[in-house]
Amino acid sequence: MSIDLGMPSSGVAFVPQLAEGSPALGRKDYTSDQDVRWCPGCGDYAILAAMQGFLPELGLRKENIVFISGIGCSSRFPYYLDTYGLHSIHGRAPTFATGLATAREDLSVWVITGDGDALSIGGNHLIHALRRNVNIKILLFNNEIYGLTKGQYSPTSRAGTITKSSPLGSLDAPFTPVSVALGAEATFVARTMDSERKHLTEVLHAAAAHRGAALVEIYQNCPIFNDGAFDVLKDKDEAAARILWLKDGEEVATGDRVAVRADDGSIQVVPRAEASPTRIVRHSVDTEHPSSAFALSRLTSDGLLAHVPMGVFRDVSRPTYDDMVRGQVSAAVEAAGGPATDADLAALLAGRDTWTVGG
Amino acid sequence: MAHTAIGSPRAGDHHMSKPVQQLDRVVIRFAGDSGDGMQLTGDRFTSDAAFHGNDLSTLPNFPAEIRAPQGTIHGVSSFQLHIADHDVLTPGDAPDVLVAMNPAALKANLADLPRGATIIVDTDEFSRRNLAKVGYAVSPLDDGSLESYHVHALPLTSITVDALAEHPLTRKDKERAKNMFALGLLSWLYTRPTSTTERFILSKFARKPDLLAANVAALRAGFAFGETTEDFAHTYQVAAASMPDGTYRNITGNVALSYGLVAAAHQAGLRLVLGSYPITPASDILHTLSGLKRFDVTTMQAEDEIAGVGIAIGASFGGALGVTTTSGPGLALKAEAIGLAVSLELPLVVVNVQRGGPSTGLPTKTEQADLLQAMFGRNGESPVAIVAPQSPTDCFDAAIEACRIATAYRTPVILLSDGYLANGSEPWKVPVPADLPALDVTFTTEPNGVDANGMPVFQPYLRDPETLARPWAIPGTPGLEHRIGGIEKADVTGNISYDPDNHELMTKLRAGKIAKVADTIPGLEVDDPDGDARVLVIGWGSTYGPIRQAARSARLTGHRVATTHLRHLNPFPLNTGEVLRRYERVIMPEMNLGQCAMLLRAAYLVDVQSHTAVRGLPFKASELAEIIRTAVDGLEATK
Repeated sequence: MSIDLGMPSSGVAFVPQLAEGSPALGRKDYTSDQDVRWCPGCGDYAILAAMQGFLPELGLRKENIVFISGIGCSSRFPYYLDTYGLHSIHGRAPTFATGLATAREDLSVWVITGDGDALSIGGNHLIHALRRNVNIKILLFNNEIYGLTKGQYSPTSRAGTITKSSPLGSLDAPFTPVSVALGAEATFVARTMDSERKHLTEVLHAAAAHRGAALVEIYQNCPIFNDGAFDVLKDKDEAAARILWLKDGEEVATGDRVAVRADDGSIQVVPRAEASPTRIVRHSVDTEHPSSAFALSRLTSDGLLAHVPMGVFRDVSRPTYDDMVRGQVSAAVEAAGGPATDADLAALLAGRDTWTVGG
Repeated sequence: MAHTAIGSPRAGDHHMSKPVQQLDRVVIRFAGDSGDGMQLTGDRFTSDAAFHGNDLSTLPNFPAEIRAPQGTIHGVSSFQLHIADHDVLTPGDAPDVLVAMNPAALKANLADLPRGATIIVDTDEFSRRNLAKVGYAVSPLDDGSLESYHVHALPLTSITVDALAEHPLTRKDKERAKNMFALGLLSWLYTRPTSTTERFILSKFARKPDLLAANVAALRAGFAFGETTEDFAHTYQVAAASMPDGTYRNITGNVALSYGLVAAAHQAGLRLVLGSYPITPASDILHTLSGLKRFDVTTMQAEDEIAGVGIAIGASFGGALGVTTTSGPGLALKAEAIGLAVSLELPLVVVNVQRGGPSTGLPTKTEQADLLQAMFGRNGESPVAIVAPQSPTDCFDAAIEACRIATAYRTPVILLSDGYLANGSEPWKVPVPADLPALDVTFTTEPNGVDANGMPVFQPYLRDPETLARPWAIPGTPGLEHRIGGIEKADVTGNISYDPDNHELMTKLRAGKIAKVADTIPGLEVDDPDGDARVLVIGWGSTYGPIRQAARSARLTGHRVATTHLRHLNPFPLNTGEVLRRYERVIMPEMNLGQCAMLLRAAYLVDVQSHTAVRGLPFKASELAEIIRTAVDGLEATK
C-alpha cells in the first residue's frame, strides 16, 4: 500500500531560514571558542574550514543545525562548530542522529564519522541509517588508517598495509565506502576530497538539498600515520589523468580517457580512441537502478586510485523514514481529533472491559 | 473416584441443577501443547473472573520455542490463575485444579499438585504414541498412580468434534475448538456465565463466521456437558472480593508499564520516543506503544539494542522523553550508551524486563538477577537511578516514577521489571488522570551566566542547587548552542577537560545528583500489625506478593513478623538503615543469589540474610512462610 504523505523535496524543507533582513552569518558565527586540536597538517582542518564557509551559505538559523559524531580524530569536529553538537560513542552516531532527526523535523542533522567509526565498529548502524533513508547527512572522513589509536590498519586500508598491528601487512580485504553505501540502498552517495575546497562545498550543498540519507566520502590525509595516501590525486598532472569528475548528464571522462561499459557489466576506463561510442558512460545521478553507480564505484575497489570518480554517484528520491514516522503519528493524532486530552488518556487506561465496585 | 470440594470449601448452597459449594479461593492451571490455546483459555477465564468481581492473580508459563515438537514436555504451555473472594497477592502456590490437554501436560505439572487436587484430562490425547513420547510405559490413568487425585478422564477432543458435527469445518479445525469446550466446562464448574467469552469470540472471529459459530458452540457444549454429565456432582462458587470502590479492569504488567510511560509523557507535555529491539519478555511494550501513535508516541524498531538506546538518547537531546525497552542481554549491549547518557546528563528511561540469565538463559522465565548489572554494569563511576515495580499493576506507577526521576534529575533511570510481572495480570483500579503526579519539565531558553567580558552565555553544566540537575536546552533554541559528549567536561562550562581536580569534582557531582533523588522519594514503610516483631522480611520487585502472603500466613500461626519493600534500589530511601537496624533478624528473599542483600549489607553494615531461588518462577508463599516461622521460632528460643 502506498501512502501519499505529501513528502517535501528538500533536505532542509522544515528547517527555519534566517529571518529576512537579519544580518548574514559568516565563518566566525560558526566557529566555536574551543582550540582546534588536530595534528598540524591534518586534512580535517581543510574540511572544517570548508564547512565553516559552507554553513553560512545554507542560510539556516544556526541553532537548528546539529552535528553528531562518534569516536575518532574526525569525531572532534562538532566541538569546533558553534552549533548544537553531540560527541557520542564509537560507531553509534547514526543512531543518535536517527532519534534526533525523527523527533525533530526542524533540524538539519549532520553526522561526522571516519572509516573506522563508520565501517568497522559502526558498520551496522551505517547501513541501516542508509536503507531507512533517514534525513541525515553522513560525512565519512576516509584516511584509510586509525589515527586516534595511533596507526592501526582500518577497514579501508589497502591489503598489505604495514602498521603497528600488521607488521607483515594487513590481510583484510578493504571496503569501498561508496560501494557499501550503494549496496545499503542509499539514496545519495558522493565522494570528494579534503583539498578540493570548491568541489567539497558543492557536494555539501547537494547533500543538504537531498531529502533523505546522504553518504559523502571525503578522502582525507592523515599526515602522521598514513601520509600521502591520496597524493596521486593531489598532484596536478596525476589528478588530471586519474580523477573522473562526475557531472550529471555528461560523459564520465578524464584527460584523453573515457569510461565505457564492458561486456561483463563492469565499467572500464579506456583511451577515447578505443571507445565504442555506444559504450561510453554518460553519468546520470537519478537513475533508479544503482548498478551503473555501483560499477563506477568499483573503479576504486581494493583502494586502487588509477581512476577515481569524484562527485555525486547517486541522488534519487525516496520517502524518508523520519517523514513517514512523523506522518503515521500525525495522521493518528489528526484522525483522533487532535492532541490527546485527559479524557483520551482516561479512556486508554480504562480500556474496553471495565467493571465497577460499589458506588 | 470420589468427589470433594475443589479448592477450600466454605459453605453449602444450592444453585441450578446441581448443588453449589462456596469456596473462598481456588487455583486453576490450564496446561497443554503450545498450540492448544492454553494462554488464550487462561486469559478468558481471567476476564470472566474479573468481571465476576473476584480478586485474582495470574502466572502464564510457556516455552521459549514457538511450537516445540507436539506432545513433548518441551512444548507444554500453561496458565495458572488464582481467584478469591478476598485480596490476592500471588498466583497461588499449587493448583487445586489441573486441566491437562495431553500426557505431556500431565507429566510436566503433576509434581506441583497437592494430593486431593482435581485433574481434568483429555483422554483422546492419551494414545500409546503420545504416552511413549513422554516416557509413560503405561497410561497413568490406568496404573493407579493418580489414586490420590480426583481425576475426570474425559474425551474432550471427540466430544468437541461430535458437538460440532453440523459445522462446515475440517476435523482439524473442530479439534482446535477443544480449548473452548474445556473453558465452557470450567465456566460451568465455577458457575461463571459464558457471556463475556462469547462477546470476545464474536469480535475475534467477526470475519470468520464458521469459526465464530464453532467456537461459541464448543464453549456452550462444554458448559452443557458439565450440567448433564454425571462426572461432576457439584459446582463451585467463588464470591466477589470486597475491593475499594471504583472502576476496575484487568491488566498485565507490560501493558500497565506501557500506559505508565504514555501517562508520564502526557503529564510532562513531552513527546514519547521509544527506540527498541524485540526481545522476550519485553517485546509487548514495543507492541503496545506502537499502537498508541494517537498519543504522540513515536516507536522505532531499531537494528539492534544499541541503536534502540541511541535513538532514545538522540530524541532526548531533542527534547523528547527518550525510552528504550529490553531484557537482560539487551541491557548488557546498551551499557556503553547508558554511560554516555550519564555523562550527557539527559533524561533516559531504560526498561529492563528481567529474565533468567546469564547469556540467553531462560528467555520466558522470570528472575531478578540484573540488579547488579543495573547498578554497576558500565565502565567508570556511572551511577543511575533504579526503580522496580512490585506487582503487574504497579508497573504503571513505577514507570511514571522512573520518568519523573529521569526528567527532574536529567539522568538515566533503569526500571527493573521481570518476566512474572510482565505477563502476570491482576485487577487494576483505573486511575483518573487528574490524580496522576504532575511532571513539570521546563526547557532552558535564556543564557544562564556571563563570560569574562560580562556577556551573557549559556553554561550547560551549571546545576540546579536543589537537584544538581543541569539545564535542558534543546536544539532550535537561539543563543544556547552548545556541545556535549562523552569526554569529561569542565564543571559549569561543559568544555572538554582533562584536569584531575575537575574529574574528581564531576565524578562526585554525578554521584551526588543520584544520591539527592532520595530527597524526593518516600521512606520505607513497615507492615507490622503486632508492632513488636523481631524479624523483618525485606523485598524488592515482584517478591512483594509472595512476601506479604507469607507474612499473613505466618501471623495466622502466631509468628510475628514485619515486612517492608524497596521500590527504589538506587538510591535507597533515607530511612532504610534505620529500619533495618530496628530488627534482630532481617531476611531478604530474592530471585537471584543475594544481589540486593549484598548492596544493603555494604551500605548499612546490617547482617541481612539472603533467601534465594533461581528456578525461573516466583517464590511460593508457603515456602517463605516456613522461612519466617523458622526465623521467628529461632529467635523465640533464644529469648
